[in-house]
Amino acid sequence: MIEGILIGLTTALTFQNIFMVMIGCFFGTIIGMLPGLGPMTAIALMIPITYGFDPATGLILMAGVYYGAVFGGSTSSILLNAPGVPGTVATSFDGYPMAQQGKAGKALAIAAWSSFAGGTLAAIYLLFMAPSLSKVSLSFRSPDYFALMILGLTAIAAFSSKGQFIKAMMMVVLGLMLASVGQDSLSDITRFTFNNMNLTDGISFVLVVMATFAMSEALTIILKRNDPTAAAKQVSLTELGSIRINKEERAKMLKTIPRTSIIGFIIGVLPGAGATIASFLAYGMERNLVKDEEKEKFGKGSVHGLAAPETANNAACSGAFVPLLTLGIPGSGTTAVMLGALLGFGIQPGPRLYMTNPEIFWSVIMSMYIGMVILLILNLPLIPYIARILAVPKNYLIPLILFFSITGIYVMSFNNFDIYLMIGIAVVATFMRLYDFPMPPLILAFVLGGLMEENLRRSLLLSDGSWTFLWDRTLTACILATTILIIGWQIYKTIKKK
Amino acid sequence: MNINTTKIISLLFFIFSTFYLYTAYQIQVFAFDENAPFNARTFPIYLGYAGLFFSGLKLILPDPNTIKVEHKTLEYKKTAILVLIAIVYGATILKVGYFLTTSFFLIGSYYFLGERRWILMFMLSFPFVAAFMYLLHGILDIYLRDPFLQMIGVMG
Repeated sequence: MIEGILIGLTTALTFQNIFMVMIGCFFGTIIGMLPGLGPMTAIALMIPITYGFDPATGLILMAGVYYGAVFGGSTSSILLNAPGVPGTVATSFDGYPMAQQGKAGKALAIAAWSSFAGGTLAAIYLLFMAPSLSKVSLSFRSPDYFALMILGLTAIAAFSSKGQFIKAMMMVVLGLMLASVGQDSLSDITRFTFNNMNLTDGISFVLVVMATFAMSEALTIILKRNDPTAAAKQVSLTELGSIRINKEERAKMLKTIPRTSIIGFIIGVLPGAGATIASFLAYGMERNLVKDEEKEKFGKGSVHGLAAPETANNAACSGAFVPLLTLGIPGSGTTAVMLGALLGFGIQPGPRLYMTNPEIFWSVIMSMYIGMVILLILNLPLIPYIARILAVPKNYLIPLILFFSITGIYVMSFNNFDIYLMIGIAVVATFMRLYDFPMPPLILAFVLGGLMEENLRRSLLLSDGSWTFLWDRTLTACILATTILIIGWQIYKTIKKK
Repeated sequence: MNINTTKIISLLFFIFSTFYLYTAYQIQVFAFDENAPFNARTFPIYLGYAGLFFSGLKLILPDPNTIKVEHKTLEYKKTAILVLIAIVYGATILKVGYFLTTSFFLIGSYYFLGERRWILMFMLSFPFVAAFMYLLHGILDIYLRDPFLQMIGVMG
């Protein structure tokens, strides 16, 4: 492991990679502060640029964007009561009241230090957990992987859909259907191409991400007459107050951070869960654990109430890398985008990643520490100024998002068809967003589609076409049972609501 | 009559899944693969049935969280114009080249979204695109095809 850490440090501490973390954190913070534009959009817009770098640098850049976006989301939660990303909704419960009391600077500092501590502690957990889990996952076979992917897709549908499980499952199926377009990987038989040569290689992952996130989010903002930059214009540079944290507040944070970092990390590791659930759970748990007089302060500017969700959401971000780096199965929409980008580089994450590409595996882990330090140094003093950058009018922001999306596709294929296809998918996605059809399950399914088919193929061939492979091994049966429980519970909830 | 749009979308998805399933059954596989435990049409067939199952479920089961969208408040006109500009952009980018079409796309989008500060619009189009092209093509070595710039000799 020491050798790995040194390899990671050597890669992560190059000038180029430190610069990339800085750019990623800065860009992510800006996008994360804009309500309606989340980390997935930020990462999607970065993908074309990452193709100019080696895989390690590309992944480091995307990881920086991810943390930056979550951090940026908490800033808008505190200053404007307008969470930039769902994972920071719980931050506004106590962050915004604190800002209302004239302690915005202090709230930002508590959030920054909690994020830093949560992210750093989670990176340490990841450091120890990932290699061990990689070794365990080497014993996984095709049926286990197939069952695990079904579980991941079911879980993300259950957690990301706000009570709209069936809609989310429809998006999962749609994502898998889109992934099935093009040549079959084994026989080279073309499927669903309708004799269109442009579809022979399948639909590009970047195209689907750009269409369903960057472009459709931009169109939704116009369609709903939202102005994500309007809130940023309200931020006053003079009203932030001191960023100093006193001894009593530090003591409170020291109690909250360790326990909420653990819960955040564990929730992050679980497929489908993530920063949002982690932050709400941590907030609830912290409220139950503190003394009665502290309990009453929750919702009115409690230090515990602010530190808990901030620690947990950053820890969850690091935790989400565990299934990606060790199993090659992303646990969230954002890590699914990263997996897609890695596959674009020709790298297959999984249990062998830390043996075959140790520089990628370890440099991503090491860059998390660097990212956290940079977020602390860069964001805390610069937040008011970053907020000012956000005051760029919507009239400029939307065309620029569309421009980055179309450029991303253009530089990859030099093909009009891909641009039309992207616009078509974006229009459909915009319409579906209006009716609360969630997009993260679609992306995760699209990324996993090929892997799922491959593992199902192997499993069925090994069992001579029999579906008994689903319960022949205890591990597969347990994973499948969990999936059935989730589906059954969600359908039961839907019927019961009526 | 109050039409539940979610149910209509589910019905459309049901029809789409039926079409997908039909097409999946039409996939031509090699003769020796026809009776294999797994061939090129196996996975799509399962997906088709999964699509029918979930969309059918959505159609049959009650919808307690009915989403109501106020269509009158939606900005259809600007959205449609923006989509149209993007289509024109896609149609001309290969022939005219990246620099000119992207710059005009940006100016057009700014204008239709209500911007009238021409100097700012210009600054955030032609020079901005030139700088971005330099970043991609010059620094990151990402190839950008541009017949116009090649014609006037700016790009090799």
